[in-house]
Amino acid sequence: MIGVISYLVFFATMAGILAIVVLGLNLQWGYTGLFNGGVAAFFGAGAYVTMLLGGRPEPGQFGGFLAPFPVAIVGGILFAGLIAWFFGVLTLRLRHDYLAIATFGVAIALESVARNAEWLTGGAKGLRGFPRPLEATITALGGGDNFLYGLFFLALVLAVLAAVYVGLERLTRSPYGRALRAIREDEAAARSLGKNPVRLRLESFVIGSMIMGAAGGLYVAFYAYVGPQDLAPILTFQVWAMLIVGGAGNNRGAVLGAFLIWAAWTASGFALAALAPQAMQLYTGPIQYILIGSVIVGMLLWRPQGILPEQIRQQGRN
Amino acid sequence: MTAALKIEALEAGYVRDLPILRRVDLGVERASLTVIIGPNGAGKSTLIKAVAGLVPVSGGRVLLDGKDITGIRPDQMGALGLSYVPQTDNIFRHLSIRENLALVLRRVPDRQARLEELFALFPVLAQKQADRAASLSGGQRQMLAVAMALAPRPRVMLMDEPSAGLSPKIAAEVLDLARSLTRQGVTVLLVEQNVRKALSVADHCYILAEGRNQMDGPAAAILADPVVGEIYLGGRRVGAA
Amino acid sequence: MIQNLLDGILTGAVISLGAIGLTMVMHMLRFANFAYAELLAIGAYAALVFDRVLAALAPALATAFKPLTVSASLALATLLAMAITGASAVVVDWLVFRRIRAKADALSMVFASFGVALIIRNAITLAFGHNAQLFSQDIAFATVLSTDPLILVKADQVFVLVAALALMAAFHIVLTRTSFGFALRAVAENPTLAQVAGVRLSTMIVAVWLIGGGLSAAAGVFYTLTNHLSPALGSNFLLPVFAATIVGGIGSVYGAVLGGFLVGVASGLSLAVLPSGYVPAMPFLIILAVLLLRPHGLFGEDQA
Repeated sequence: MIGVISYLVFFATMAGILAIVVLGLNLQWGYTGLFNGGVAAFFGAGAYVTMLLGGRPEPGQFGGFLAPFPVAIVGGILFAGLIAWFFGVLTLRLRHDYLAIATFGVAIALESVARNAEWLTGGAKGLRGFPRPLEATITALGGGDNFLYGLFFLALVLAVLAAVYVGLERLTRSPYGRALRAIREDEAAARSLGKNPVRLRLESFVIGSMIMGAAGGLYVAFYAYVGPQDLAPILTFQVWAMLIVGGAGNNRGAVLGAFLIWAAWTASGFALAALAPQAMQLYTGPIQYILIGSVIVGMLLWRPQGILPEQIRQQGRN
Repeated sequence: MTAALKIEALEAGYVRDLPILRRVDLGVERASLTVIIGPNGAGKSTLIKAVAGLVPVSGGRVLLDGKDITGIRPDQMGALGLSYVPQTDNIFRHLSIRENLALVLRRVPDRQARLEELFALFPVLAQKQADRAASLSGGQRQMLAVAMALAPRPRVMLMDEPSAGLSPKIAAEVLDLARSLTRQGVTVLLVEQNVRKALSVADHCYILAEGRNQMDGPAAAILADPVVGEIYLGGRRVGAA
Repeated sequence: MIQNLLDGILTGAVISLGAIGLTMVMHMLRFANFAYAELLAIGAYAALVFDRVLAALAPALATAFKPLTVSASLALATLLAMAITGASAVVVDWLVFRRIRAKADALSMVFASFGVALIIRNAITLAFGHNAQLFSQDIAFATVLSTDPLILVKADQVFVLVAALALMAAFHIVLTRTSFGFALRAVAENPTLAQVAGVRLSTMIVAVWLIGGGLSAAAGVFYTLTNHLSPALGSNFLLPVFAATIVGGIGSVYGAVLGGFLVGVASGLSLAVLPSGYVPAMPFLIILAVLLLRPHGLFGEDQA
């Protein structure tokens, strides 16, 4: 029984971290209409920098400054924001899909740095060893059992998730949020009302990417590990599927989508591992990827508004 | 004599349930020149585009020589005998003059002979045939646009403000060119802001306002009408392009 | 260094062939198609299947034209693969993109193309396995052009370069000498006016997918002839072909050709200074440079 509960805690923690990423993407895509093709890059950038700043020193390895967790994660968030700002400035004045291509390229470039710059990123084996916040104190409270710490970390993730959710809800319901949607719907009209579309888009893109970076920082603290596969494109696909299933432009939908798709992903993984014949075990990954791809295409074709459609739209128009 | 082009109770617009044209009626006699005038936003361009198949029609119909052509795709209009000269961007700048003409002559059986005819009609275009169309002057571009529209030997030709952006002298030449087409049997319907000159070459005139017929009559009568003169020909040229 | 340059030119030819169709699709349908590079993989695997089938049916066809490893069956298989790939591009447009085009904005198509890419790539993995494959088990001997510095060239590589250039030249002739080519260029410049000039848009969209699919299939076969084939072929070429279209300017066919060679050569030369692990990032650096210096590309005039 305790095994099931402790698995559920583990599952919810990971789903909560992903939900934070989806909320960041929702600000960019759902509210502002920006296509981020490299979600994994911003998540990974936050994760790696948090690790470098807050991790334990290793011989021959840059980083490991043992910075307190809040400092380390803020570093990760700022770095993710910096990358977003740089590419936003370069591409947001151009045709819409330049941003998609550039961010997709950032993810590939960062992944190749992560795989190759061993002095910085540990190369293919990644970086491990991260002092998790308050771990010793809380584990001692729990009598040496790490179940209590798992609960504490879940609470931490959910608290961050709630803070991001509330912050985004207030932001998107404010005049600022209405301006973002106005630009998404009709740029020319918004411009004539004196809004600066490029600046507003840039701000939304940077804030969304910083939220993704924060999720990356939490992820590092959770696993005490980060590796190049955390920058792999599949994360981008998963997060996109979560948003489209939940409902772009609806923050509750974004969170719901994250939990649903993560549950479906894990369950399909278990099912394939249990049911697929031995010879097929190598191919469970591709089957799951096809499922994710089909969810994206199917939703776009048949229910583009997602499970929880955007509601503020009418209100914003009137 | 039946009208070469007849528009009956036409309703059209870009957005569903928001028609720009509200039951517009119009008839154009064969081999005549008819001009549509009216204030900005009256729906003049929309009317011409709807006839050409470029704006969705939600009600009414368009008859070309008695045949219903409502809702037909724009790329099929040329073969049916209806040509359209857009106001701006009416030539392919990256194609040579010859290529522009060859493109519209693709479906014409005697395309080589027709090309020679068009070059005879517009010697300037023949001279510059290998140049990129982007290199043409404003008046020459308008000539190329007219030549392209004439290529498939249309019976009816629609022109959207052919004199827009041209010097007064060239604008007058272009409108005279439109007039000369009627002498070759082509029926011309054009929208113009250059009202005085347009009325002086036109046979008939329709005035549109807020997507509805306002009045119509012989061009000479409209030109002489004191009320119309006050509104459209007075010191303030309404909605100069 | 010279060896890197030669290899880069060869890869550049493959990228150029892939980028020609992409730049036309991106311009005409106004979306960045992340599934486009999968056409290279579809083409190469289709050629592999046709080659095996033809060789089994008529073993005489399977003899390689020495010193190439190319046989008559592979040549035929490539033509069939070009047709099949073009047709599958049309089918995907018909099943997915056309429907989304009808009701949503261009970015939804970008999004859908992500999903389509994921499906195609992994369906190929399921059908053919993770392992790398080769068209021919024959060993292609390289000719030593020079011993210091060591420069090696295989007959297949020369063949691939010549064939790629021939395809591009053929397409150039179509664009500049035929009224179909004029129509393609007309639609690229001004779709509405092209309709007024009697060009049917839906026909042109089909034509562009067929051409793009055909050229991409050839690119996939050419790359596989001189390297090997794995399900990652498409994703490995995705960023390079995007880079080529951005360098050339979206919508410019000639820009895409030049951009392809530029990206290929730059990636080849980068091997001389960078560890090979960084090569996938090279097209990204080129995109970055273009965005910084000349955002609309060398020949582009596309505005936002």
